[in-house]
Amino acid sequence: MEAFTILAQEADKAAAAASSAGFAYGLAAIGPGIGIGYLVGKSVEAMARQPEAAGMVRTTMFLGIAFTEALALIGFVVFILIGL
Amino acid sequence: MLALEFPPINEILRWQDVFPSFNKIAIIAVAAALIGTLIFLIAGNADGSKAPRGVRNLAEAIVEFIEGQIIMPTMGRDGLGWTPFLLSIFSFIYLCNVPGIIPIIQMPATARMAIPLFLSLLVWIVFIGVGFKHQGLGYLKSSLFPPGVPAALYILVTPIEFISTFLVRPFSLTVRLFANMLAGHILLVTFALLTESLVQGGNIALVPVGILPFFMLVFLTAFEVLVAFLQAYIFTILAAVYIGGAAHPEH
Repeated sequence: MEAFTILAQEADKAAAAASSAGFAYGLAAIGPGIGIGYLVGKSVEAMARQPEAAGMVRTTMFLGIAFTEALALIGFVVFILIGL
Repeated sequence: MLALEFPPINEILRWQDVFPSFNKIAIIAVAAALIGTLIFLIAGNADGSKAPRGVRNLAEAIVEFIEGQIIMPTMGRDGLGWTPFLLSIFSFIYLCNVPGIIPIIQMPATARMAIPLFLSLLVWIVFIGVGFKHQGLGYLKSSLFPPGVPAALYILVTPIEFISTFLVRPFSLTVRLFANMLAGHILLVTFALLTESLVQGGNIALVPVGILPFFMLVFLTAFEVLVAFLQAYIFTILAAVYIGGAAHPEH
């Protein structure tokens, strides 16, 4: 009987870890999602207005994406640390 | 119900050790270093007076890409001396990333923490060294006390600048490369498992449904080709930005 309660507690813990890992990644993905969308949208606008500056805009865009994306990736690492 | 058994994370990231502590990742990393060296050795020994062809053509295209797309926009003409360093970082990371989509091997060496961590610590040491070499102790002053800020705000700004320049930079370089490659690898594993369990699950009605994750798998493999290149590019361009910023502070 005691073994069953311990097993049930372990299962509860695993389920809680899995769902909180899911929440952590979901929350971490909101901000960078909005950020990257806004960033790329603005860059496309800039490239369409000034095609001759496209190379420079693209380089800066990739830099910006790299910084914004880091937040989502840290969320992904947290997801792995809690969930698996 | 589908019996979808996702393997534990250790199983999809590790092979049997060939020798103690010398596994698939180490083999891929050593192979990447050797192939990169070999390409540029062959290209360097080719006859430079004729039109380039074969390996030399490829090597020249890579060097031109590094100089034109990475160094010129971030460091300007003064940074061209950094071409060999950034070129070796770029080719090593790219050759470590690409095995993630080569059938049979299918493991990006950068999906383990060790290789990205080593590379970003290298970049960290290099850009701090360059800062002290070019500006002496003024490097600490220009990076910790940015000009144009009211004196009272330095209480706030200096700790933030210290953390973001000296602690977060190597951490974010590492995590960006590592997590991107690991995420891609896990995605491929997920869709491969889904296809396998749908097609071979024993339920005839589910076999046609298995085509959907298979198409997703093909699409994601094509996407990983892009990601492998893009992550190598981003790592190198960030290294160039950090080194350029340490050599010439903004006024």
